[in-house]
Amino acid sequence: MAKEHAPKIHASNFSVYYGAKQALHNVTLDIPERKVTAFIGPSGCGKSTFLRSINRMNDLIDGVRVEGNVIVDNMDVYDKSVDVATLRRKIGMVFQKSIPFPKSIYENITYGLTLLDKPSKTDLDEIVENSLRRSALWEEVKDRLQNSALGLSGGQQQRLCIARAVAINPEILLMDEPCSALDPISTGKVEELITELKDTYTIVLVTHNMQQAARVSDLTGFFLMGHLIEFDRTRTLFTSPAQKETEDYITGRFG
Amino acid sequence: MISKRIIGFFAVAVALTAAVAVLGVILGMLADFVARGGPNVTWSFLTEFPRNSNMEGGIFPALAGTTFLVLLMTLMGVPIGTATAIFLTEFARQDSWFARSVRFAVNTLAGVPSIVFGLFGVGFFVQFVGTGIDGATGASAFGDGSLLWASATLAVLTLPVVIVSVEEALRAVPRELREASLALGATRWQTITRVVIPNAVSGILTGSILAVGRGAGEVAAILFVGVTYSAEVLPEAVTEKFMHLGYHLYVLATQSPDVEATLPLQYATTIVLLGLTFLLNFSAIFLRSRLRQR
Repeated sequence: MAKEHAPKIHASNFSVYYGAKQALHNVTLDIPERKVTAFIGPSGCGKSTFLRSINRMNDLIDGVRVEGNVIVDNMDVYDKSVDVATLRRKIGMVFQKSIPFPKSIYENITYGLTLLDKPSKTDLDEIVENSLRRSALWEEVKDRLQNSALGLSGGQQQRLCIARAVAINPEILLMDEPCSALDPISTGKVEELITELKDTYTIVLVTHNMQQAARVSDLTGFFLMGHLIEFDRTRTLFTSPAQKETEDYITGRFG
Repeated sequence: MISKRIIGFFAVAVALTAAVAVLGVILGMLADFVARGGPNVTWSFLTEFPRNSNMEGGIFPALAGTTFLVLLMTLMGVPIGTATAIFLTEFARQDSWFARSVRFAVNTLAGVPSIVFGLFGVGFFVQFVGTGIDGATGASAFGDGSLLWASATLAVLTLPVVIVSVEEALRAVPRELREASLALGATRWQTITRVVIPNAVSGILTGSILAVGRGAGEVAAILFVGVTYSAEVLPEAVTEKFMHLGYHLYVLATQSPDVEATLPLQYATTIVLLGLTFLLNFSAIFLRSRLRQR
């Protein structure tokens, strides 16, 4: 397996249970820093469950239980001493359904910034502009920052959600099928954005779209029925997969 | 086939008749009230004190008493109800025995006849809490029925309305919004105050107003807890007794020296009471649609 940097995220023997049902079986992998790591697999295979375990969004589900470890920068994410809010500031997330807050574009970006303290107006203005520039949205919205974010198109809303996540300056960006509700043009813009953002952030991407994984990711993991079947450089995984199941999936023989 | 069509025709006919009958009853009732009492609803009727054993004069103290009562009730009931709803939707595990028993209590509370709340008001608020306060402070202000205890009793009575409608409003806030907030490092509490409640505020207001509508028309629950049939002055403290529109109607209709002679006043009072309730319900509907549009 590819190991160019020290792993940013390290999972060992990590399992997740929803009540009695085991959704994830003993996942062990290393996610390198400042790369795009994609997870593919059929619906219900556990790829989203794993993604949402990294910033503990699964905590919100009643009856969820985990075993094993997820380590981010030498910090055990599931350790009792971890403050979940702080953890999530370090690990941003972009969701499948991009829902901006029903507030102005400006307030959407500043939401995460005003949770801890009250930054000055000039600081906020600067961060808003930077975040929107980073997410390639600035030119489109700079004249209507005070308008409701709900007036944006679907693709713009998703880029706003990326800007919102980027604004609090996380180290990792988790993306849970960020393009599945977008048209091809918007998808192209978001993919371009992902490629640009990986200079700064460690990006973990869950996608249904194998071409997308092939296009934007450096590493790809294939999940099937709660197991991580294979994890390798994207090119290797798509051209000469080691596992029969991976090959069946990427050649479209099932799933 | 023909028999099926005939059954279908009759089904529609019966349903339509029922709907028309309901509308007719309501409109007929309103028309009757307005015809008999309408001319008596004058400015002086609304602003004067009753005279001559409630046989003449206006209903000002009853109108004022009802308003005070409802305001106090809202101040007590809505915060508690909202807090309970927030607990149930945002914090409690949905299948925990505690959440289930709170829900069971709320549903049971909604089905309790209001006169039972009245008895509870006397037993708990007046005799237990009120007398307790008096005993502890040496005063004698709280151990009797009053505006305060009547409001508290009504607050308990309207709690289920508040809780259920606020819960509904909170549940209508998309899960994705909560997740987005939490994923940005907000605590649960920050998420509730900055995202969930602002998005549920129309529902919370609707619930409050529905509760007010319910409480404003309630008589049985306050019968023993502080309402009075005649007052020379308006209450100056929450520990005083008060007049109330619904109770005033009851007094006019049953306790008056000449029930027949007060009929116009009864109808006029009914119109005011109904008008107040409708006003509250309509403002709830209006408020909700306005806030939804935003």
